[in-house]
Amino acid sequence: MIIKSSSQVSRNHLFKRFPLPANFGVTKGSKIGRGKSWSAPAAAKRTKTFEIYRYDPDSEHGPRLDTFEVDLDDCGPMVLDALIWIKNKIDSTLTFRRSCREGVCGSCAMNMDGTNWLACTRFISDMESPARIYPLANMKIIKDLVPDQTHVFAQYAAIEPWLQSKSPSPERERLQSAEERSQIDGYYECILCFCCTSGCPSHWWNGDRFLGPAVLLQAWRWLTDSRDEATAERLDKLEDPFRLYRCHTILNCTRTCPKGLNPGKAIAQIKKMMIERHS
Amino acid sequence: MVSDSPRQRPLSPNIQLYRPQLTSVLSILNRLTGVLLSVAAIGLVIWLLAAAAGPQSYAAVRTALASWVGQVVLFGCTFAFFLHFLGGIRHLVWDTVHGFELRTIYLSGWTVVAASVVMTAVAWIARLYIEG
Repeated sequence: MIIKSSSQVSRNHLFKRFPLPANFGVTKGSKIGRGKSWSAPAAAKRTKTFEIYRYDPDSEHGPRLDTFEVDLDDCGPMVLDALIWIKNKIDSTLTFRRSCREGVCGSCAMNMDGTNWLACTRFISDMESPARIYPLANMKIIKDLVPDQTHVFAQYAAIEPWLQSKSPSPERERLQSAEERSQIDGYYECILCFCCTSGCPSHWWNGDRFLGPAVLLQAWRWLTDSRDEATAERLDKLEDPFRLYRCHTILNCTRTCPKGLNPGKAIAQIKKMMIERHS
Repeated sequence: MVSDSPRQRPLSPNIQLYRPQLTSVLSILNRLTGVLLSVAAIGLVIWLLAAAAGPQSYAAVRTALASWVGQVVLFGCTFAFFLHFLGGIRHLVWDTVHGFELRTIYLSGWTVVAASVVMTAVAWIARLYIEG
């Protein structure tokens, strides 16, 4: 199957998971157990089953998988609507981040049917049965679907994501030609939802030192900005076997970006720039 | 409020959960075939050493390779060679910042898979033809 856009949902039902046991190689505290089942209200005619990852930091139990039946006639069309419906009607302790409900804030990024996307822009009708809802992959979990993003935001801060210039401040705005401005198209739109970084196998294994696709895309956004004058210093910081070069062009990032951006291409451009400055 | 409980936060599943896709599957296959071919290179050296040592040892290696297991291993190595070779070309093209549109990524990926199958088949048909 040829995927033309990252918004395309995989119709391949043969390979939902790698052939590994569900708790393969997982530490004791991260093992997922069986949770509760909640059936739909008796009056419900059209229902959909959701399997949702739960973790309560205040109980002594580890993570569990709860099953909810959602009344589709009483609920909006998106996965986020289903989560809100569950929180309002079934279990008010279900915890998740959400804000804009239209794909511009990046708060409701989570793993749905095995891939990362925004819950507010994924149709319930595109989900498998049962729909599998997990927090972003490979993150420390605070509660339920809420991951601790301290580490990835620290990595973001490490690339100093602001305009740096040595020349004296001009009297007015720093101007760009239309062509210079177009260089950051496809990069400035990143909403920092970290779907790509959380879906990157290289970041799973080396996330402590590899910056990951989201942060490297941001790095390229500043490297290619005509107003930024710290290109050499930025490249110096990135020239490292781990920070940049743990990217092995797997391209799960480009496949999963809910904004349709291309972190894989951004990283390839950084690598090319790195080589060109030495030649 | 974030819990101040001293116990470690659980890590959400990664490889156990994340859906296999052409992107990640071809990447891991490129690695596995690379490892397999490195081991096969040792086999190639053994074959050459046996040939240099004399007709008796060479005959022994030939018998091993002609066996059922030997044939499966050789066939696997042929496919691994083409998959790794074509995957390597795909990576070289990426290094020039070409072919990064999602459609192109999938087209080139499936092309690598299909071409590896065809080239393996051609190589083995040619071999059977030569051996008569």
